[in-house]
Amino acid sequence: MAMISEAPKGDFRLSMLIYDTRYRSVTIQVIVLGLFILFVGWLLLNLQANLAAKDKDISFTFLWNRAGYDIGQQLIPYSSDDTHGRALFVGLLNTLVVAFFACIAATVIGVIAGVLRLSKNWLVGRLMTIYVEIFRNIPLLLWIILAFTVFSQAMPEAKDFKYTAEMVQQGIDPAHQKAIFGTTAFTNRGTFIPAPVVERPLGTITLLNVPISLTALAAIAILAASFWGNRRLLARAKAVQEETGLRPTIWWKSLLILLGPIVLFLLASGFHLDIPAFPTDENGVSKGFNFQGGINIGHSFMALFIALSIYHGTYVTEAVRAGILAISRGQTEAAFALGLRPNRTMSLIILPQALRVIIPPLISQYLNITKNTTLGMAISYLDLKGTLGGITLNQTGRELECMLLMMLIYLILSLTISLGMNIFNNSVKLKER
Amino acid sequence: MPDTSFVRREMLAPQKPPAGQSGAVKWLRENLFSSPFNTILTIVGLWAVYSLVSGAAPWLLNGMWSPSSVDECREVLTNTLGEGATGACWGVVRTRWHQFMFGFYDQSAYWRPLLAFALLFVSLAPVLYFGLRSPSLMMVGGAGALLVLALWGVGTDSWHLALAFGVMVALAALAWVAPKRLLWVTLAFPATAYYLLWGGPVWGPIGVMVGFGVAYFVWHAAQVKIGVTPAAALGIALALVWWLMLQGKVTAVLAMAVPIELPAQSPDKFGGFLLSFIIGVSAISASLPLGILLALGRRSDMLLIKTLSVGFIEFVRGVPLITMLFTASLLLQYFLPPQTNFDLILRVIILVSLFASAYIAEVIRGGMASLPRGQQEAADALGLDYWQAQRLIIMPQALKVSIPGIVSSFISLFKDTTLVALVGLADPLVGITRIVRSDIYWKAAYWEPFVFVGAIFFIFCFSMSRYSMYLENKLKTDHR
Amino acid sequence: MAKTAQMHVTDEVAIQITAMNKWYGQFHVLRDINMTVNRGERIVVCGPSGSGKSTLIRCINRLEEHQSGQIIVDGTELTSDLKNIDKVRSEVGMVFQHFNLFPHLTILENLTLAPIWVRKVPKREAVDTAMYFLEKVKIPEQASKYPGQLSGGQQQRVAIARSLCMRPRIMLFDEPTSALDPEMIKEVLDTMIELAEDGMTMICVTHEMGFAQAVANRVVFMDQGQIVEQNEPKEFFANPKSDRTKLFLSQILGH
Repeated sequence: MAMISEAPKGDFRLSMLIYDTRYRSVTIQVIVLGLFILFVGWLLLNLQANLAAKDKDISFTFLWNRAGYDIGQQLIPYSSDDTHGRALFVGLLNTLVVAFFACIAATVIGVIAGVLRLSKNWLVGRLMTIYVEIFRNIPLLLWIILAFTVFSQAMPEAKDFKYTAEMVQQGIDPAHQKAIFGTTAFTNRGTFIPAPVVERPLGTITLLNVPISLTALAAIAILAASFWGNRRLLARAKAVQEETGLRPTIWWKSLLILLGPIVLFLLASGFHLDIPAFPTDENGVSKGFNFQGGINIGHSFMALFIALSIYHGTYVTEAVRAGILAISRGQTEAAFALGLRPNRTMSLIILPQALRVIIPPLISQYLNITKNTTLGMAISYLDLKGTLGGITLNQTGRELECMLLMMLIYLILSLTISLGMNIFNNSVKLKER
Repeated sequence: MPDTSFVRREMLAPQKPPAGQSGAVKWLRENLFSSPFNTILTIVGLWAVYSLVSGAAPWLLNGMWSPSSVDECREVLTNTLGEGATGACWGVVRTRWHQFMFGFYDQSAYWRPLLAFALLFVSLAPVLYFGLRSPSLMMVGGAGALLVLALWGVGTDSWHLALAFGVMVALAALAWVAPKRLLWVTLAFPATAYYLLWGGPVWGPIGVMVGFGVAYFVWHAAQVKIGVTPAAALGIALALVWWLMLQGKVTAVLAMAVPIELPAQSPDKFGGFLLSFIIGVSAISASLPLGILLALGRRSDMLLIKTLSVGFIEFVRGVPLITMLFTASLLLQYFLPPQTNFDLILRVIILVSLFASAYIAEVIRGGMASLPRGQQEAADALGLDYWQAQRLIIMPQALKVSIPGIVSSFISLFKDTTLVALVGLADPLVGITRIVRSDIYWKAAYWEPFVFVGAIFFIFCFSMSRYSMYLENKLKTDHR
Repeated sequence: MAKTAQMHVTDEVAIQITAMNKWYGQFHVLRDINMTVNRGERIVVCGPSGSGKSTLIRCINRLEEHQSGQIIVDGTELTSDLKNIDKVRSEVGMVFQHFNLFPHLTILENLTLAPIWVRKVPKREAVDTAMYFLEKVKIPEQASKYPGQLSGGQQQRVAIARSLCMRPRIMLFDEPTSALDPEMIKEVLDTMIELAEDGMTMICVTHEMGFAQAVANRVVFMDQGQIVEQNEPKEFFANPKSDRTKLFLSQILGH
């Protein structure tokens, strides 16, 4: 028999550390923390002993030493006299540029293939299925090396593009012609693509030893302003629609705002494409040994770019297909029943919902593409792994520093992309109870 | 006034639809030419098929098996089909297939990896069809039949053929009599496979397994008295004592006293698909328990444990696999006690397992999140404690839901095993191909190794992904 | 209310709740709950949705934690002490709205799991008990099936049997018939009535007023997290005192 009016007794017993839910989790966490610190301490002690045995220390000063090696593809000026730090930066840019273009290409391929895979056309649907199954069930490394071998073994020599005097006389064409409307030449010494050239540049500024073209900056600024203007226009149209019920016709205004300023700017600055070609004499006979003008892109970039886009394109295809399939038929039927026309149904009902499903896996593919650029190592593409984690590491012997720094950089890249994904996810999350 | 009443006196017989609405014409119209756009697509598709087939068919159809060098192959092609004819020189596959498959493993010992591979399926049987007699028996029997065929194919001597046959028959009998007992084969598989593949005295692997046995029995005996977690800690501690202090001496004595051993294979003999399978299978099986712990940690209410789990998972998922491989080859030695030295394959397996465990953890976390909250509540209401609830209620369901995800993790891991070439191991794609092509006769064989290796990868990955799709569909309808 | 708080705990008292409060963040879900349940008593808790009735009975086996006040179940006070929680949970059975059977286990395994692992009963004995209770809820022939193969009413009866296998002294029902099709409600209610006739102490959150009238000793009406009115069923339905009760009764009995 006990009175139960008073509050629970407050005295503390040692057994409460284990059996009381309030203290139990603290106890466990303290133990885990202790074990974790012990483990990390053990690792660090080993590290210290190993470094001492090898007579090494940890220092990042090598980043400011002369690199002494060349990098074939450089987006910013770099020579072998520059520092390891700058080589790292060149490598990082190479990683980013191939990842960037591969992401865009994979998205384009994936969206087209994903939609086609669902098309009612039997043949095309099957072809897309075959594309997806073949490419994603075979290792990416094989595609990268295969593409590289195709470029270096199966592409014609530059001289096969030349017009010789006999050819001009007899009116026949050389063995190979430039592709894509005569602008791009695939040769065994690299791919020559047209270079964008401005005749009246605005000059460059140098920021942290990196020259930045003011013309490009201006073009970007103009594009951004055009997009902003277009958004304003759309918002106005929406306001008018809400006011009067009628949506004004704005597509031509929109087009004008988007394209007008940039076209004018490009015309004013004398923009044109410099198409790679052999110099010719007055009869049209080619001279020289190689293409002139344009940009020569290395095989390793092309192979990595193509393999990454096609391989990851299959995953994007699946994401797009799953996204479209995830929207139930009922949604379309409901929209039709309300009298919305098919294009409005698509833009107002289907797409917003499908994007919600498609974008997260799409971004995780972007993440994978960025990480898989490291496979370029197999074909000597000098990305971050090739410079910092490759030649710099081998030359300086600073394995620990190079690897840690490289992991850190990849981690930051990945976390930035994931952060973007989380922000997106939160902004489009379905409001549900 | 019109007559509104109507009675049908004769029923109408069904009639054929109008012409053009059935059969091939209808199918073509609906599936290929339903609209102008569709017609264009069909034509583009046909053109694509034509150009692919016309490009690849001659090369494949003219393929030569007998010539034993690329030059000879080209010569035969030119002589028989004329100048400029193309054709595959499969001679490289015919003469070097064993290197693509087994690396530099002793030819007389091919029965060992093949037996280990068959045992892998035997040990999967109780996991996939727990205790069900006929599917277990079919799996064991199928593995046994294929094993005998493969052994015969690689020319195993009759004594080892008989040995392998005997083992498989015994296991099939076990699957018939007591399919649940096959779980013991599963538990013993890691040690068995290690012994078969690496060779050496049998006592080393047995010693390692004894450590696990010690941990389990101590845990089992002590958990009633001192609770689950302390018992587990005690078990692990005693196992560590065994491994670090006693095992070496005991196994050394036993190896002297009872010398049972297979000829040891040095690590640099491992290569080709054998290496890919060793790394893939051991990494995925080691990553499962780790992944389960990480998934539980990530769902824990305890901030520290959650932070550590999330930190590990996000770190591993944030860095490329190649950095993990280079950690194995360059960095791991810095963080282990000085003079620790073990072979690169094991180091790679450890790091790849850690890598895979982060992905497996996310798959399992997804499976756990798909369970209704009520399951945990019902377990609580019945008085089950945390580990009982996880082990008996949550995990069986979560793992079942995660099987397709685990299989796709395995597929990507299996494909990624080709990357070990970059740290100098002889994977089938780059490592072995490079070695084969360094032979003067096969220097110009650019495409055949790609096709051969790619086809094998395709067969494995495609069938596994189909299997996981089949499982997924089956799970959708099972008991729900 | 003050009267119940001063009542002595005797062997006759099964559950004693005193001045109990609970918050979800800032939201005060349960406000000053005082309630005594005697052994063998059958209590029906009703009230509009969101009134805290489910939360109340989930506090009794500590699926939810209360922040102040006292809950004593069978002489064991519910505090943060794990041993007490385990003890209470093994003596209090609970039946959920959505059954929460374990879909990966057969019916028989569902029933024997907790006795084997929590009560450490030998398997043979656990199976015998399970079959006894399956017969009691009239579905012994389903023992080897999986939950997904049973109808909702059968699943809920299995859930009741699963709780009974732990030989609980108190049973909690959290809207046991709300997720069922109308034709299955009766079979579950019949099982519950039979259980009541056997003298089980029951607290039942339900909207089945027929059940309340047939078996309850007491009906507790809750609104906005507090007990508004409690009375014998006859009196409660014939003569509701509070306006809130009258409104609620008119809403659920109105048609």
